[in-house]
Order: sequence, then structure tokens, then C-alpha cells
Amino acid sequence: MSAPAMGTSKTAHSDSSNKKKKGPGTLATAYLVIYNVVMTAGWLVIAVGLVRAYLARGSYHGLYYSIEKPLKFFQTGALLEILHCALGIVPSSVVLTGFQVMSRVFLTWAVTHSVREVQSEDSVLLFVVAWTVTEIIRYSFYTFSLLNHLPYLIKWARYTFFIVLYPMGVAGELLTIYAALPYVQKTGLYSITLPNKYNFSFDYHTFLILVMVSYIPLFPQLYFHMMRQRKKVLGHVEEYSKVE
Amino acid sequence: MDALALEAKGAKSESAAAPAPSKPRPKPPQKAKRIVYFEVEILDIKTREKLLLLDKVEPTATILDIKSLFHKSNPHWYPARQSLCLDPKGKPLRDEEILQELPVGTTATFYFRDLGAQIAWGTVFLIECIGPLVIYLLFYFRLPLIYAPKYEFTASKHLVVHIACVCHSFHYMKRILETLFVHRFSHGTMPFRNIFKICSYYWCSAAWMAYYINHPLYTPPYYGEKQVKAALGIFLFCQLGSFSIHVALRNLKLPGCKTKKIPYPTKNPFTWIFALVSCPNYTYEMGSWLGFTLMTQCVPVLFFTVVGFIQMTVWAKGKHRSYLKEFKQYPTLRSPILPFIL
Repeated sequence: MSAPAMGTSKTAHSDSSNKKKKGPGTLATAYLVIYNVVMTAGWLVIAVGLVRAYLARGSYHGLYYSIEKPLKFFQTGALLEILHCALGIVPSSVVLTGFQVMSRVFLTWAVTHSVREVQSEDSVLLFVVAWTVTEIIRYSFYTFSLLNHLPYLIKWARYTFFIVLYPMGVAGELLTIYAALPYVQKTGLYSITLPNKYNFSFDYHTFLILVMVSYIPLFPQLYFHMMRQRKKVLGHVEEYSKVE
Repeated sequence: MDALALEAKGAKSESAAAPAPSKPRPKPPQKAKRIVYFEVEILDIKTREKLLLLDKVEPTATILDIKSLFHKSNPHWYPARQSLCLDPKGKPLRDEEILQELPVGTTATFYFRDLGAQIAWGTVFLIECIGPLVIYLLFYFRLPLIYAPKYEFTASKHLVVHIACVCHSFHYMKRILETLFVHRFSHGTMPFRNIFKICSYYWCSAAWMAYYINHPLYTPPYYGEKQVKAALGIFLFCQLGSFSIHVALRNLKLPGCKTKKIPYPTKNPFTWIFALVSCPNYTYEMGSWLGFTLMTQCVPVLFFTVVGFIQMTVWAKGKHRSYLKEFKQYPTLRSPILPFIL
């Protein structure tokens, strides 16, 4: 699932209660700035790659192949964020961040990479574009926040673009998983049947269906959480600007 | 003479005065003749709204007494779901605390939080154990709709499957009997919503395990009879151990006595592990499930064992820490759950 909600609630809190927050040390801050700058650059590379491929080919089909490697690299790199939470240098919940990053990594590797036939689907472009725009905004938001120079435009973008990008990403993801289903069933991908000496069975096809079903309760919760965050964060700023 | 007469008059008037105010409880011997009654005010912790004002509260009243009084005027808030604190950000007060020993003046202000519907620990244990007991048997007897129709009501041809069923059922029956007759629960209740989380975990795990163990295509352990026998031995040893520990812990807690005590090894050899471990009940429980995993050689059982181990380690560490805090002389050789390791 696209993860614009990652770290949101805590970051919003820190925006409004800077006096209380201890914050990471200077070394950790420096590292985080570098990390977020690198990630912003990475996703910009992916964005540029998509645009160039589109201009070169003249159509938006099969653009995945032109950005496959940087997508895999930078999306997998996001696993570091779980470590950041575990070490406490980022004030987010390990579980929540873990869940969001793993869902992205799952879609990148266990669906798109593993089932070659879906790579030419248009739904892949749908979620790749959603992820790219979201991540560029998100990582630049973190970079500027860490440097205490957050332009209102970035803050506004972070808490507004998701309104369209989040459903777009979810639609792309669901359509891609759905497209993968027949191939998974045919080849028995990642599945193990009885009998075997571990007395265990796993049907990846059924598992993918369950993943799709899980979007139904999870997506609205995350979406409305972001909506509430938006009201809280963007609502305050108007008061502050009046005071200044 | 006059002094004696005065004294005699004084004594008569004292004895006349003493029984006059009839109280439901016998007055504890006090130096002062007057009792300073407390005034108790209960405010909602969120809205700071005044929920109840009690005057003439006995100084020896416990928090539980105050909760009972509060319950009388608000019948839907029974004592178990009340949390009373002196400070909105502070910790809830224990039921046994006495009013006059609290750092309040003669007017005490308590902040009330509704803990939500509560359910007794014992009830939770019973429900969480009856589920797996019944569910496993549904799979063991191969009720319809679980496996292919031709396997309905058939029996497995592997001896280990029957042994596993006996072990699993024995384990949960033992837990049910212990809940009814052995355990003494220190915390009375838990939030009602927890029961859904807890029961779904236990019941789904039992169904998942039972499905594979009783499956027509089940594969018996790799090392055959040797493995099953060894595993059964471990399982039974740990079941006996677990029972011994539960009995030993029960004997520590005499009914009505609220003082905490350090458990020590008794004459029963199974309790000698207390010398090395703070929570041997969890150690033995782990051992039982390890035995069961070895016996069935089934990945879902291993998964359940590992998850259980992680959870029990967390609980054991917490308990170990509270022992260390409570007792200065706590034996230093002891580890929370695994001797010397964890």
C-alpha cells in the first residue's frame, strides 16, 4: 500500500510541540538528512526515467522496464526506516512503519518482480507514478523538517496530494495483484502442498486474494487518518501565520 | 478523694458515650475520641465534572469501599471498571489503599476513569482453553467439510496422531482444571475487548495446528518411534513440572493475605528449578510445547511455540523485574525464564 501516512502523526506532533521533543542527536540528524536527500534524489531519478521513457517511446505502456532497477533499489532501501524507528532516531512506531514498508516491498518483489507477466500491465504504471510523486514529496518534507526550514508548499503538498495519490496507488496495487492471480495459480508460485515432512501447506494464490481483501478494512482507516492529520497540521498553520 | 470521685464520674461518662453512636463496623482503638471524617470528591478525569461528593467517609475506608459507594450511585460502573487516581496523570490507586494513609487533607479528590466493561481473568482462561480443546477434536474426528468427503469420520493410521490428540486434550483439560481449582488470580479483571484478541489467537492457532496434524496426508516424524517417544517424555515431564509450579505458587498465596512472597524450591523435585528461574511455569509451558512440536514435526506447531515463547519471555522479564523491585534480597542466581540464558 502506498505509505504517505508513514511517520505522519508523530511528525505532525513534533511540528506543534517542538519544545517537548528531544529529537535525535546531531550525528543522527546528519545521517537522517543524508538518508532523506538520497531517497529524494533516488525517486527523482525514477520520475525523470519515467518521463524520458515516455517521451522516447511515445506511449505509456511498458514503462516499468525503464525504471525497474532504481525502483527496486530505492523502495527496498526504505527498509532502513524500520531500523530508524527501532533505534529511536525517528519518532514513529516500528510496527506501523514496518507494516507500511513491508507492504511496498511485498508488491515490488513478491508480485511485480516475481510474476513477469504483470510487468507490462498499465496498473503497474499507476502505482509506480503514485509512489514516485508521494515519495519525492515525503522525503523532501523530512529533509526540510530536519533542517527546520520547511516551506509551507512542501507541507501543503504532503498533506494534500495524498487525497488523489493514495486511492490511485491502491487501485494500481490491487489491479496488479489481481492480474497476477491466474499466473500464480497456473505455476503454483511460492506454494507448497501436502504431503511433506514439515506437515505444512501454503497456497500463494489464496494468500494474494486474502491480501487484496485486507485492503478493504485497512485502506479507509489509513486514508481517514491522513485526513485527520491534514486538518490538524494545515488547520494550525493559518493561526500561526496570523500571529506572525 | 475528690480526684478519685472525679475520675469515677469521668469513666462512667466515657463508657456511656462509647456505645452510643452505633456503627456497622467496630471502631479501631484510637487515641482521640473524635473521628475525623473525610470528605471525598470524585471527578471525571477528562471533563473534570463533579461526579460524586461523599461526606462523612471513614478514614479507615479503603479505595474499594469508596468504589463500592460510587457504584451505589452509578450502578453501571461496578468497582472493577473504576480507576481512581489522586492525580490526573498519576497511576491508579490500588483497592487495598486506606484513605487516611493517602497524601490528602480531610477532603480527598479522586479522578475517575472508566476502564470499560471488564471480564474476570478466570473466565478468560476458561474460554480460551475450552476453544482449543473442542476445536482440535473436531479435526481429530474429521468432521465433514474439513477434509475431502471420503475422509469424513475416518481415523488416522498413524499412532503419533492419536498420541498427539491425547496430549493436546490433556494439556487444555489440565489448564481448565487448574483455572477452576488451583490458580489464585491477583488481578481480578481485564478489559472485555481483550477476550476477542486472546480467543481468536488461541482458537485459530489450535485450528491451524489440528488441521495439519489430523490431515489424511500427514507425514509422521522423520526419526519415527524414537522421536515420538522422546518428545512424549519431554511433554509429560513438563506437564508435571507445570502443575507442580502452579500448586507451589498457589500455596504461596494464602487466601486474604495480600503480601507478596518469593517462591522457593520445595520438596517436590519439579520445583527445584525455582533456584535458577523466576517464572518456571513459563519454562515448563515452553518445554511442553517444544515436546509437542517434536512429536508432531509440524511447522504451524513450531510457529505457535515460538510466538508463545516470545510472549512468555516478555511476561517473565516483567515479573522478574517486579520481583527485583519488590525484594532487596532476591536471589541473584535466578533468570526470568531460561536458566542463565534469558
